[in-house]
Amino acid sequence: MKTSRAFPLLVLRTPLRRAGMARYGRAFASVVPVVAASAARATAPLEHSALAPAGIQAEHIARLWNLTLVVCGVVFAGVLVGVLFALLRRRRAEHTTPPNLTSYAAPERRTQRAVAGASALSVVLLVGLIVADVSTDRALSKLPVSNALHIDLTGWQWWWQAHYAADAGRPAFVTANELHIPVGRPVVIALGAGDVIHSFWVPNLHGKKDLLPGIASTIEFRADREGVYDGPCAEFCGTEHALMALRIVAESPARYAAWAATQSASAAVPTDALAARGMQVFERSPCASCHSVRGTSAQGLLAPDLTHLMSRQTLAAGALPNDAADLARWISDPNAVKPGTTMPAVHLSSPDLQALVAWLTTLK
Amino acid sequence: MNEPDAALPSGASARANVESETSDADRRSLALTWADPPGWLGALAAINHKTIARRFIATTFASFLIAGLLALVMRLQLARPNNHVVGPDTYDALFTLHGTTMMFLFAVPVMQAVAGYLIPLMVGARSIAFPRMNAYAYWMFLFGCLTLYGAALLGAAPQAGWFSYVPLAGPNYGLGKGPDIWAQMITFTELSALLEAIVLITTILKMRAPGMSLNRMPLFAWATLVTQFMVIFAMPSIMLASTALILDRLVGTQFYNPSLGGDVLLWQHLFWFFGHPEVYLIFIPALGFISSILPTFARRPIFGYTAIVLALIATAFLAFGLWVHHMFATSIPTLGKSFFTAASVMIAVPSGIQIFCWVATLVTGRLNLKTPLLFVLAFFFILVIGGMTGIMLGAVPLDLQLHDTYFVVAHLHYVLLGGAVFPLFGAFYYWFPKVTGRLLDERLGRWQFWLFFIGFNVAFFPMHWLGLHGMPRRIWTYSSGMGWSGLNLLSSIGAATITLSILLFLVNIVRTHWRGEAAGCDPWGGATLEWRTASPPPPHNFDAIPVVHGRDPLWDAPRNPAYVSGLAADAREVLVTTALDAEPDMRPLFPQPSIWPFVSAVATTVLFIGSVFTPWAMVWGSVPVAVTLTAWFWPTRRQTAQALALERKP
Repeated sequence: MKTSRAFPLLVLRTPLRRAGMARYGRAFASVVPVVAASAARATAPLEHSALAPAGIQAEHIARLWNLTLVVCGVVFAGVLVGVLFALLRRRRAEHTTPPNLTSYAAPERRTQRAVAGASALSVVLLVGLIVADVSTDRALSKLPVSNALHIDLTGWQWWWQAHYAADAGRPAFVTANELHIPVGRPVVIALGAGDVIHSFWVPNLHGKKDLLPGIASTIEFRADREGVYDGPCAEFCGTEHALMALRIVAESPARYAAWAATQSASAAVPTDALAARGMQVFERSPCASCHSVRGTSAQGLLAPDLTHLMSRQTLAAGALPNDAADLARWISDPNAVKPGTTMPAVHLSSPDLQALVAWLTTLK
Repeated sequence: MNEPDAALPSGASARANVESETSDADRRSLALTWADPPGWLGALAAINHKTIARRFIATTFASFLIAGLLALVMRLQLARPNNHVVGPDTYDALFTLHGTTMMFLFAVPVMQAVAGYLIPLMVGARSIAFPRMNAYAYWMFLFGCLTLYGAALLGAAPQAGWFSYVPLAGPNYGLGKGPDIWAQMITFTELSALLEAIVLITTILKMRAPGMSLNRMPLFAWATLVTQFMVIFAMPSIMLASTALILDRLVGTQFYNPSLGGDVLLWQHLFWFFGHPEVYLIFIPALGFISSILPTFARRPIFGYTAIVLALIATAFLAFGLWVHHMFATSIPTLGKSFFTAASVMIAVPSGIQIFCWVATLVTGRLNLKTPLLFVLAFFFILVIGGMTGIMLGAVPLDLQLHDTYFVVAHLHYVLLGGAVFPLFGAFYYWFPKVTGRLLDERLGRWQFWLFFIGFNVAFFPMHWLGLHGMPRRIWTYSSGMGWSGLNLLSSIGAATITLSILLFLVNIVRTHWRGEAAGCDPWGGATLEWRTASPPPPHNFDAIPVVHGRDPLWDAPRNPAYVSGLAADAREVLVTTALDAEPDMRPLFPQPSIWPFVSAVATTVLFIGSVFTPWAMVWGSVPVAVTLTAWFWPTRRQTAQALALERKP
């Protein structure tokens, strides 16, 4: 984060405002063609800071943060000045020094006024902060969502299942652990928990919202800047709470549309012999009883949908980068990569594993 | 108290300068009457409040050391990215035990333990109220600690966090006995805390020395009184919650199961209705320490006594209106959240008033800059930062970003260490000479202070930044690409520095034991009654019960009557006074030491542990409890005869 090097806790300039708020509307109204190569996306750094807002909701919160930090900082400095003043007066005493009991006889009017004044000032400042809090809360609830993209997100120990609703002629589809969203268009995510409590949190975009068993909730936000944002589970959910990351890719509407079109399609039929054998291995092995790959007979519902596995940047909810070598490592011993994971080790012969990985890497 | 003589019950009278007239024979007789019996059986039967409190403090301090070591292992694991010092399950057990121990087995009980030692001395009483119940409460606490750690050593450590959220701790996901052990540990410690609350409230309201009306009571006694009332209102909520959890797990009730009409948020409401006031159960007694230490070392009475008392009471009320700010990320209506924001921010006002009064005391006083005062001065730096971050966390929008990140870890340690542990160490240095008769070494004390202060800030300040930059709490590892490595290493170095500081403290205690400077009655020139009696105090605390004429009895000009006379020296006779004005009221006989509180505690422990395994333990386990309690309360002929002999017709 370039902006906060000198004052790491303060957002000195908010990139969004400099870029111009007017761009948000335009970005959605006219689809700006973007020529960025996919290689650029792969190297985009993973962002995970509440102080570098990439969307209007996080922006509101960051502004409140700045205000609160300044007010609290001033009060803190005031208290320290008082204590330092007492220390620097150097009127020292010993335990034998007779106590000064003059306060019994005459009330200390000056001190009383000072303490009352400081108390009154702190009440005024605190009421000011409450007003700022409530108005920020209001602003957060006013995001217009009439043209929003709707996603159902379910938290499981320890991965994320996403269900994109049908949108503008594109059919609904299921994916996992990585969301793509168009820049400039609001997103409404309906949150649910499959087992225990999890929490959705993408600090660059918005604050948290818990995923609670038996209680439906939603979160609304909008990404206004392209980027790849980290969304770690933020409520302790058991053994692998640390390795349960959701990734949010905010991209141009055109690129998003292309991604969504790919995701809603079924898996391509394998073209070479090795991949075809890999598909057979998958369908015959226990893999298929938990995972789905649309276009094959594998229709398991207990684990991430793998139809377009290779379109994701990570494996096992952020535990590993997504490439052939790590895929093989993950399949052969999941517990070594992510201790406690619910994915069992499937015993495959070396050629079978090779074929399986070859097929999985075709699931683009 | 204009005419204390007239108000004394017949047989007791107040006279000037009795202490000098208390004969050596009487003094010996009093000491013999109030002493605990000798031998190891006598140790189990001890009920003197100072004996019990010393054990209580030692037990809580041992808990503090163990929980600190657990934290050290966590910091070792997090010092580097992708580290494998411990695995995820061990890490989960570590932070669960660390949080549980620090909150339930250290911070809340240590405040009660210290109060159990000091309150009778501060209010000028021979004993604490209900001394046998006090002993029973200690044994229950000890057995609760042993249950938790015994189970952990046997491999049944709880792993669902100190907050034990359902469904993670419920029957479907909290496998093994860990969550049951956790819930029963709650039962042990909350039972102990509730009994201690009753003991302390009764002592403060009914056993103050004549003349110590409520508006003359030491501020530590006020802080303790307010805290113990909070205990009585807060603890039943967590006992209810943990009992419902155990019932869900043991007999298949569905309190927390949403698929059968239960509610996972019910747990959170009940837990935090207790959990937030709990912070103030830790914080308010520490405010009492500060209000005791500051006047002594600023050589003047506290500024704004009435304002501080009212602020303590206001804090106690507001503390019950904040719990939802732990749940802002759940689906709670926005309007409701705004109320809790307002309450959370406004609780800063009474704390602010107290801080301003203390700063005024410091500025207008002459400072005797000794170790206890250093620890109090650190409070102004650390607690105020923690208070400021608390205001941030009270705001819904900010909390949504900061909740469950390392920012909160930083905040809670700033509040709990700055607000309670630093003043507690100040209190250790301040009252250690009273308890042991020897002063802790000043030079070692300063070293300990600076190592602790610097180590603390190095360990916890970076966590604010980590939280703002996306590091969630309770993660056992992180990858090197996140940019968190440097500050985590720094934080671990801070933790090592704190460890060094605590080691120095232990060295100081051991050294003082061998060659500490003798303290005398009053090494600091204090104003409250505990400094009037010998260090360590005799079993009966005071040779003669003092009569109080002002807020600072040892600083005020001496006035007659100065002492109460007429209480029996050869019987455990105490003076009970009225609740508001502390006018002498009754002279009841207090109970003798007894083995039965200990035996009853053992029987209760068998019941509690048995109920982890079978609900029938509630039925069969209650028989020994009933038997031992009956034996405990069975009157003896000798005591009845003694009571009758001391009775005087008005």
